[in-house]
Amino acid sequence: MTEPHPLPHLQVRGLNGWYGESHVLHGVDIDVHEGETVTLLGRNGAGKTSTLRAITGLLKKREGVIKLKGRDLIGLPTYQAARAGIAYVPEERGIFAGLSVAENLTLPPKVAEGGMSVAEIYRLFPNLEERRNSQGTKLSGGEQQMLAMARVLRNGARLLLLDEPTEGLAPVIVQRIGEVLRTLKASGMTILLVEQNFRFARKVADRFYVMEHGRVVDHLTAAEVPDRLASLQTQLGV
Amino acid sequence: MSIATSTPLKTANDALGIGHLVGRALIVLALLALIAAPLAVYPVFLIKILCFALFAAAFNLLVGYVGLLSFGHAAFFGGAAYITAHTVKEWGFTPELGILAGVAFAATLGLVMGFLAIRRQGIYFAMVTLALSQMVYFVFLQAPFTHSEDGIQSVPQGLLFGIIDLSKPLPLYYTVLGAFLLGMVLIWRVVNSPFGNILAAIRENEPRAISLGYEVNRYKLAAFVISAALAGLAGAVKAIAFQLASLVDVTWQMSGEVILMTLLGGIGTLLGPVVGAALVTAMEHYFAATSIPAPVLIGGCFVACVMLFRRGIVGEIRHRLKARSSR
Amino acid sequence: MTTLFGLPIQAISGQLLIGLINGSFYALLSLGLAIIFGLLRVINFAHGTQYMLGAVTAWLLLTVLNIGFWPSLVLAPLIVAVAGLLIERLFLRYLYGLDHLYSLLLTFGLALMIEGLMRDGFGAAGKPYSPPALLTGVVNLGFMILPIYRGFVVVASLIACLSVWLLIEKTKLGAYLRAATENSGLVQAFGVNVPKLLTFTYMLGAGLAALAGVLAAPIYQVSPLMGSNLIIIVFAVVVVGGMGSIMGAIVTGYALGLLEGLTKVFYPQASSIVIFVVMAIVLLVRPAGLFGREA
Repeated sequence: MTEPHPLPHLQVRGLNGWYGESHVLHGVDIDVHEGETVTLLGRNGAGKTSTLRAITGLLKKREGVIKLKGRDLIGLPTYQAARAGIAYVPEERGIFAGLSVAENLTLPPKVAEGGMSVAEIYRLFPNLEERRNSQGTKLSGGEQQMLAMARVLRNGARLLLLDEPTEGLAPVIVQRIGEVLRTLKASGMTILLVEQNFRFARKVADRFYVMEHGRVVDHLTAAEVPDRLASLQTQLGV
Repeated sequence: MSIATSTPLKTANDALGIGHLVGRALIVLALLALIAAPLAVYPVFLIKILCFALFAAAFNLLVGYVGLLSFGHAAFFGGAAYITAHTVKEWGFTPELGILAGVAFAATLGLVMGFLAIRRQGIYFAMVTLALSQMVYFVFLQAPFTHSEDGIQSVPQGLLFGIIDLSKPLPLYYTVLGAFLLGMVLIWRVVNSPFGNILAAIRENEPRAISLGYEVNRYKLAAFVISAALAGLAGAVKAIAFQLASLVDVTWQMSGEVILMTLLGGIGTLLGPVVGAALVTAMEHYFAATSIPAPVLIGGCFVACVMLFRRGIVGEIRHRLKARSSR
Repeated sequence: MTTLFGLPIQAISGQLLIGLINGSFYALLSLGLAIIFGLLRVINFAHGTQYMLGAVTAWLLLTVLNIGFWPSLVLAPLIVAVAGLLIERLFLRYLYGLDHLYSLLLTFGLALMIEGLMRDGFGAAGKPYSPPALLTGVVNLGFMILPIYRGFVVVASLIACLSVWLLIEKTKLGAYLRAATENSGLVQAFGVNVPKLLTFTYMLGAGLAALAGVLAAPIYQVSPLMGSNLIIIVFAVVVVGGMGSIMGAIVTGYALGLLEGLTKVFYPQASSIVIFVVMAIVLLVRPAGLFGREA
């Protein structure tokens, strides 16, 4: 435990994945180091969401290596991957309609010590406290996104998987989400972000992987972005 | 909803999936075997198998080609038997008229039950048909003309079309065989008609069929009525052949048994229900002498089929042949 | 003698009580079915069998081990729940990814097998089971004579239904259940052991059915066939109520039991089909069921 980390916090090697018969991931390699924020970029259908789902185990048919702090996740049932230390915010937010805001918030069980307390979370997201007894899906889109993020901050996991947190949200809310991400990053959280909104991703990420057709086709650091802007824009179709 | 089978469209054209010529040769062989069968096997036993085979084939039309699992087909089978038995015995109908009356009753009942049941989908459809058929069971249990536990006994068999003496085993057997073949040909025609193609499309992808502009519920209802009428034909013929209509044939256990026959033989295959019906009937016949109670046997077969053998016998053969030919 | 609509009020209240008792069983059973269906997407055809097993287990505990009603009220549901665990682990678990009809057919087959075996070993004839000494006797309520045990059944089933409702609506475990009913994958991705939750849910449903069976034992005779027709009525109750709501299942159960009792007073011939008639009407008017969200 005390030795410095020779391995990345999350290491993905040669990841293949299938939905039924259709082969959606073709040998994806990704590293995310401790405390780093890494973004997966790419067009719709490039395999970004599938990569996250394969890491969590929600995409069941998968091959390759997925190591979290050196521990291989492939072969583990979904719930054990989460317990190994993953906090997951799915696309479309996944707020439960049958649960109140407070119940949604406290749903994910703790997987490690050191998560935020409910009081701290309400301090970070005051709206949620006001609406804590409402039905989860009665919240606005922005509030639902806050809830989806707040929900996994309690569980103590140090790797956050975020799938399109800004999708369909107003600029003010997007800005607010950016602030939350920077707060989390400052607290040492490791973040793997899937994002179509490049302007947003650029503000929060340290490194980028570009995906196409289920493969990683490019990799660059935040510092390289200005020089590569033109080629990136063609790759992403923005 | 899609239970069990693969390959929807071509299945019936090609009963075993092994090419037209071989398939046709097989069908001719099977026909010859059926015609010659009374030489080798006791006709009454064959008649029983044929009645259940037609019943199962009628049921399979719905589950195999439209994807609707009815858990209430005994209502049509046993209901038609009651009507046929009653009209022949009490009203003096000729056998053909009595059978017609039974079929008409089953079709009408199918129209009513189908109309209600297709308002729900999937698993609910099964529950609704089960509950409605249980209601039919209670009605027959209480209606005076059915003589409740005794049933309608010693139904006169009479002369079919005024000439064929149904009280003799061989004429009876060939009459039942005729009814069976009529039913099978009708099912084959339905499945291979444009109507059948639309049914298959509904089974494969109902929302798409709706978006293509088909009035899905009308097609489902039509298939339900045809299936009910054919199940009724099976029951009506059985009532004449065995001179009996009884409560057993309207119970939910009977609805379950026809499901098992179809599942065992292969859902969505033309010949599967026939094979399944023969097997289940034979099994019950032979195990009746042992100490194993019939429900345990039937239940055990269900569990085994569902856990290990979901394609059924004919479905499994077809699958293997296909796998071999594509290799 | 006091009358209502030309019928003695004694007779009416007597039938209403029977209706209420039947309604108690309908409520407990449809509640269990709804919970199981909600999470496992399994229509548990063995539910009537599990009800029967509850009664038979209580009878066996008494006759073989001399264990009385009160311990049986807990023990028999537990034993049946463990049998449920085996069914879920050995069979149902392998069918979750398939069409729901397979699990219906599987539980149908198991129900046939278990009932057939019981009939073979236990005999088809009903066996009496006496209510506990504490609950024998009657009280005169003025307008009717109430056998104490029957009153107890109504109260006990109400308590059981409400406890389950509280468990599901107000506890953490209930929150897991509700959330997993909506999106079990995501609940797993949060680290909840959903396979275990599924097993627990099936055990809970089976246990509730068995509880109804134990409660029914002193009222009806204990017989291997006592659950086989009941399950179909409960299916109809569930179609009427819609399986989307726990409270809906409970309320519909009691209401249809009462309606059946009333029918016995006014038109006895129809009492065995009235619930199916209601189901047909509901299908015409409100196909998704009274409390239903279409599944």
